[in-house]
Amino acid sequence: MWLTNTVTDRYGQKHRLPAKRFIIALLGCSSWFLASALQAELAYVSNEKDNTLSVIDIDKLEVVETIDVGQRPRGITFDRNFEKLFICASDDDTIQILDVDTHSVVTNLPSGEDPEQFSLHPNNRHLYVSNEDDAVVTVVDTHSREVLAQIDVGIEPEGMAVSPDGKWAINTSETTNMLHWINTETFELEHNTLVDQRPRHVEFSQDGSVLWASSEIGGTVTVMDVASKAVVKTLRFKLPGVHRDRVQPVGVKLTDDGKYAFIALGPANHIAVVDATSYEILDYLLVGRRVWHMEFARDQELLLSSNGVSGDVSVIDVEKLKVIKSIKVGRYPWGIAVRP
Amino acid sequence: MVGERGEIYAVPLLFKRVVATLLTLIGIVPFVALAESQRINLNMLYLEQIEQRPAVLSNILPEAEDSGLRGAELAVADNNTAGRFLNQNYQLETLIEKSPQRLLERARVWVAEGNGVIVANLPEKTLLALLSQPLIQTKGLVFNVGSESDELRRSQCRSRMLHTLPSRAMRADALIQYLVAKRWHQWLLIKGQQPGDALFADALQRAAQRFGGKIIGTKTWSFDTDLRRTAQKELPLFTQTKPYHVTLVADEAGDVGEYVLYNTWHPRPVAGTQGLIPVGWHRVVEQWGAAQLQNRFTELAGRWMNHKDYAAWIAVRAAGEAVTQTASTDAALLYRQMLSENFELAGFKGRKLSFRNWNGQLRQPMPVVHPRALVSQSPQEGFLHPVTDLDTLGIDPAETNCQFQTL
Repeated sequence: MWLTNTVTDRYGQKHRLPAKRFIIALLGCSSWFLASALQAELAYVSNEKDNTLSVIDIDKLEVVETIDVGQRPRGITFDRNFEKLFICASDDDTIQILDVDTHSVVTNLPSGEDPEQFSLHPNNRHLYVSNEDDAVVTVVDTHSREVLAQIDVGIEPEGMAVSPDGKWAINTSETTNMLHWINTETFELEHNTLVDQRPRHVEFSQDGSVLWASSEIGGTVTVMDVASKAVVKTLRFKLPGVHRDRVQPVGVKLTDDGKYAFIALGPANHIAVVDATSYEILDYLLVGRRVWHMEFARDQELLLSSNGVSGDVSVIDVEKLKVIKSIKVGRYPWGIAVRP
Repeated sequence: MVGERGEIYAVPLLFKRVVATLLTLIGIVPFVALAESQRINLNMLYLEQIEQRPAVLSNILPEAEDSGLRGAELAVADNNTAGRFLNQNYQLETLIEKSPQRLLERARVWVAEGNGVIVANLPEKTLLALLSQPLIQTKGLVFNVGSESDELRRSQCRSRMLHTLPSRAMRADALIQYLVAKRWHQWLLIKGQQPGDALFADALQRAAQRFGGKIIGTKTWSFDTDLRRTAQKELPLFTQTKPYHVTLVADEAGDVGEYVLYNTWHPRPVAGTQGLIPVGWHRVVEQWGAAQLQNRFTELAGRWMNHKDYAAWIAVRAAGEAVTQTASTDAALLYRQMLSENFELAGFKGRKLSFRNWNGQLRQPMPVVHPRALVSQSPQEGFLHPVTDLDTLGIDPAETNCQFQTL
């Protein structure tokens, strides 16, 4: 491990380090984190109504750059080597690839119409894309730039997650109110789970045994056991002073230590903190208006949330469960991706 | 060139869409999962009465002739997409007709044949005749997507009828709340001469009383000049009064209202049936995922989705949700389910929608719009109600004297 230029990620996949990082790693020590510490950690935020990405320096917690991208950027995610950033440019009906070193859009991938969210398979190749206007999930090979499959799902496919073992791709359909279980070997639908109204987002636990799915209009989060596909728990939220209709769960994030689940509650302007083992709701953190998606930073010490209506990003100290800062970004921030 | 849009890739996608739409429209949907459950077929009947529209001065932008119908068609396609996974199939039969007798007869035969759900784009009188048939009262389930009548929600309620179209009272309340929230609370009211104009004027009056505003004067338009030539001369004189904040217009057919804007004596905004309008749905609604619904509708119908299309769409979607929740197509069961407390429906309005169990009206937020943008959405903050602030819009239980059965 010491003298190779590969690292092993949490999926057990080996990746070659970029030459610069490899040299730094050799000079410094084996730690990947120390190597990247010389390069500032950056958070990329997609601004749906500005057609830009805001880049936040995690050390300074301020916007250091704004990058022009395609129309209506929503879902964004990195490849496993953090060399490429995939961007759903929904109104351009394409997925753009941003070169992370140069911050320029280098190419477009075929994506099907109106791509909204996606998830990269642990093989670092297959991208599962929700095509919101078309009621299909498109699987794109990011290397050969081919469409491998299109799978019919319910109306307005949105949330997308691939299980850590790579076996399942789960898609939520907002108007059909279902979780669709796609077998990633055959690209076929194997199972459908009815959940509450307007499911928006799905998230696997780190070991892949548990699946969390938020229902925006139903106001609930469904927790499922992946092996049995059975519902383990349906979470409901109650905030003092907020009408229950305004509690609309969207984004879900789970800490790797299995301690917390964070649920973004949309127009309730709060993030719920849930004990991920007992499912007890521990706290509600006040953030910006209409909070949608979240991402961890600084090795899960920080949690960032995109607040669409107020156009900012809230920064949460995960250990203290306190909101420590809000950072103004573009109009209608949607997704967040962090490069350590 | 692999997959550059517009080249190789776009063609199969378009083809796929056309096939999918065709399949859905003729009701043959691929059978995918949940094979263990019983197949459910729900047939619905769409009835529309063609009415003579009153002649109007401003006839530049007429309402689409297939208003309502295309919304119902879209919802059938939406229901069938979900139905593929749930082993459900939905179909819509259509009768568009001038004669109320033939419409009523078709409804009777439809229900006698063992069906139940009727999507009714009918005027008040025909609706009441429909609901007075004993067979409909016991075996039918009628969605009113055509009449805004307040009396159907206040004194003439009928069991087995649900209203997805907002009433005049809901529209007036939505607008007046917004104006009061802006502290623009003194109004000049101009009304036309059609029967509906007086009813909307009454609804505005009621809302003014409820939310604390004042109509400082009411004028009925009775001139018979062609305002396209003379609005600039006629209207300043017509609107010459003491000062007020907003000119309210009650002119449902669009006879004079379009000419009030920018022609009033005082420089005041215009609201009501023209200018700033409260409405169940409009092209400018795009938040809360509505952009997707608008796109789907435009693709199907080749035009924008209007309030009647939305009412028909949400009616058929509500039926679909009730079928999914009850695993039944029995009209009585569906009706009870939709009126129960745990029934909730997503409708792209930012809140869950449900039916009022005192008159069958769908509770819903109301967009307040001008032709090119959403201005606000009522209920406004601070207008409270013991149950839900959505019930600040429309007829409250205390105002009704209905014998409305929820079973």
